[in-house]
Amino acid sequence: MSDHHHLPRRDLLKFAALGGAMLVAPRMALAAVETDSRFVFIIQRGAADGLNIVIPYADPDYAKLRGALAIDPARATKLDGQFALHPALVQAAAMYGQKQAIFVHATASPYRDRSHFDGQNVLETGGTAPYAVRDGWLNRLVGLLPKARDEAIAFAPTVPPALRGPAEVASYAPSALPQPTDDLLLRVGRLYQADPQLHPLWEAAREARGMAADENAGRAPADLGKLAASFLSRPDGPRIAMLETGGWDTHTGQDFRLTAQLKALDQMLAALRDGLGDTWSKTVVVVATEFGRTAAANGTGGTDHGTGSAAMLFGGGLKGGRVIADWPGLAQAQLYQQRDLNATTGLDSVIAGLAAEAFGIEPDRVRRTLFAQAPASRPLEGLLQRA
Amino acid sequence: MAPSPSPASIALNRFGLGARPDDVPPGDPKRWLLDQFDRYDPRPPAFAALPDGTQLAAEYFADQMALAEARKQAKAAANDPKQDAATLAARKDVNAGVREAYRAATNARMASALATETPFVERLVHFWANHFALSADKPQVTIFAGAYEMEAIRPHVLGRFEDMLLAVERHPAMLYYLDQFRSVGPDSRAGLRAAQLRPDRPLGLNENLAREIMELHTLGVRTGYAQADVTEFARALTGWSIGGKGPGAGPGGDKDDGALGRFQFRPNIHEPGTRTILGKAYSEEGEGQAKAVLHRLATSPATAKHVSTKLARHFVADDPPPALVDRMTAAFLKHDGDLTAVYRVLIAAPESWAAVPTKFKSPWEWTVSSMRGLGRRDLGQTDIAPMQNQLGQPVWRPGSPAGYDDIAATWASPDALMRRVELAQRFASTAGDRIDARALAPKLMPAAVSPATTTALAQAESGATALALLLVSPEFQRR
Repeated sequence: MSDHHHLPRRDLLKFAALGGAMLVAPRMALAAVETDSRFVFIIQRGAADGLNIVIPYADPDYAKLRGALAIDPARATKLDGQFALHPALVQAAAMYGQKQAIFVHATASPYRDRSHFDGQNVLETGGTAPYAVRDGWLNRLVGLLPKARDEAIAFAPTVPPALRGPAEVASYAPSALPQPTDDLLLRVGRLYQADPQLHPLWEAAREARGMAADENAGRAPADLGKLAASFLSRPDGPRIAMLETGGWDTHTGQDFRLTAQLKALDQMLAALRDGLGDTWSKTVVVVATEFGRTAAANGTGGTDHGTGSAAMLFGGGLKGGRVIADWPGLAQAQLYQQRDLNATTGLDSVIAGLAAEAFGIEPDRVRRTLFAQAPASRPLEGLLQRA
Repeated sequence: MAPSPSPASIALNRFGLGARPDDVPPGDPKRWLLDQFDRYDPRPPAFAALPDGTQLAAEYFADQMALAEARKQAKAAANDPKQDAATLAARKDVNAGVREAYRAATNARMASALATETPFVERLVHFWANHFALSADKPQVTIFAGAYEMEAIRPHVLGRFEDMLLAVERHPAMLYYLDQFRSVGPDSRAGLRAAQLRPDRPLGLNENLAREIMELHTLGVRTGYAQADVTEFARALTGWSIGGKGPGAGPGGDKDDGALGRFQFRPNIHEPGTRTILGKAYSEEGEGQAKAVLHRLATSPATAKHVSTKLARHFVADDPPPALVDRMTAAFLKHDGDLTAVYRVLIAAPESWAAVPTKFKSPWEWTVSSMRGLGRRDLGQTDIAPMQNQLGQPVWRPGSPAGYDDIAATWASPDALMRRVELAQRFASTAGDRIDARALAPKLMPAAVSPATTTALAQAESGATALALLLVSPEFQRR
């Protein structure tokens, strides 16, 4: 269980009891600032098709394999001589132009089979095999930070596996249910006092409600980005956040569905950036999925479960405007099991490198804490301007 | 500390759906559970009142046809078919039909849970619908979700696993959901013709259903099948499609047998030839080939273990006791997948009656037990779907074919807890002046209410607050 008792964060509860949006108490604003950086993990559940997100247009096999699903490079945003970005990613393309985005291609976690749930488990725990590690890498990252405040929050009604573990985390999602009365909140708190499971959950819930700038935010993707920004931009707010997106499992009708998914993601990212204001320069965002999809289109206008995919990094302080890819090629013999894009860059080295630079922690220490089981790959370097 | 729950309280809450105020605690809790097998009604009144799958399909297809016609006319009149008023109205009709079918079915599901006299079997329905989960994320699936549970799950929860498996994999809702109905064998008649006519856009396989049958519905993940087995199974499954022409009908130019919105085997898209799956050759022709594979999967030891593990996790503990799982697995195999034989082992097991609350209720379980606890026998004006959305567990919409997780780590989270408190307050505000929470608590949880909760209820500032506290008390959050 978590050792929540020594955290000074509980002071916030007094203010949270007021409910709704509230003023920050002066002494909270004066809390010691150990790190100023913000780290956001956005998961794409369902295996996002990296090949149609960061399009390898110069690979002669791309158009052949994809047939009608191939995206015409004339419609997409050219990133360099090899890759182009899906046309729905308008804001992401703008960030790339401002050197605030990096795309990492042919990347994957160590998982090499094709089950969503096993794949997500490996991606989120940071293990090498499903269910081999019990807590999530994002939770272990919290453990590397100085314990000054509420370090982490999931913008979801329940805490996703990547954030589960010994470090206590909050979760928040806008609710349309009526606010409970202060009296009820107080009494529930008393009722849970002796319950080792419910007590810490309840305190975290009270605190998160206190921080939300807009209780009535809707469910549009932009709203979620705005909501996350309202927490992360506070001086006393969380340093680490996780957002979930679903719907990437495009076995049929992929063109339409992927476009809609990417539009939503694009709006979420833009709202996050805009809502963060000055804090954007200290923020890094990583967008990743459990695995990619088959290199060839299937027989029903979609793609089946594959291996390598693309990850996306964003942030105001990124040394961006580039695609990182040790491109394996799409010719039959170059594919993984003659079927999927081969993964040549480990997602763990991307994540470890980004987290290390963002928080100024020794990269190998981050790698060992987050991805202890993975073969000792070198964390990527030089992702941030100031690093 | 809460006192140890009595066997009666365990029967009512862990195995049942939560007590009602006028329930008499069962004197022989095991017998009470077993007797429900004889009294179960697979067609509860609330579901019987809904349109069946065929009617839903007819309505949906008719709405779709009207939409297609409106689009055509708009195009002919040189209007934008996306903006044309008639098109917009027709599209609205389609959406309204889908929404209404979902609303009615989710309400019927809750109404059945409130009214049932066999709450243990009703809980089994919820369990199996989640094991064979579909997620109502596209309209063709949304419209069929209630009919799917009614037609593929409810008749089979006390029968053989294989019968339920077959009913599930042949139901149009599942064929739509996992994209099976359009999967075409590349060497089938339709596949070869399409490759000739439109070489740029060949028809072909979709392996989604084949994979999830092996991974989720039967064997379980990491049980030794390979990618080649999945692909071969997908080939065997080609032709398993849905009857009816028009939007949503399967491809292939087969003569339609008129079974609109029902399973139809389409020989023209079936991949010919013998398939080898998990080392065994299947030389059956046509529809029977995938059936033979399903038979083997349904009776496999890996399937018996997978199913037993999930059942034990649902009823006994997040980490189910291995010895119990082994006994249930043995019963499954000995009795040819007769599910009641497996349930009997579960009921007889001492592990099932551990006198500590072992399970944290999911949002659905918590809502059902709250409404039952407040004595609700019908829904009145309440709509269940938005309520479950707010609690984080939308009905029939887990977002993935794995269904909802069945462990505390998924549901016991800060925000989820806050939402229960909010909803408890709302429930209590309409019932607080006529129900005395202090008297209700021991009825809902016989001999299982802690002194701390008793005190909190006694000291509450109003009847409504006391009732809300009861519904979110540590004892009531668990089963």
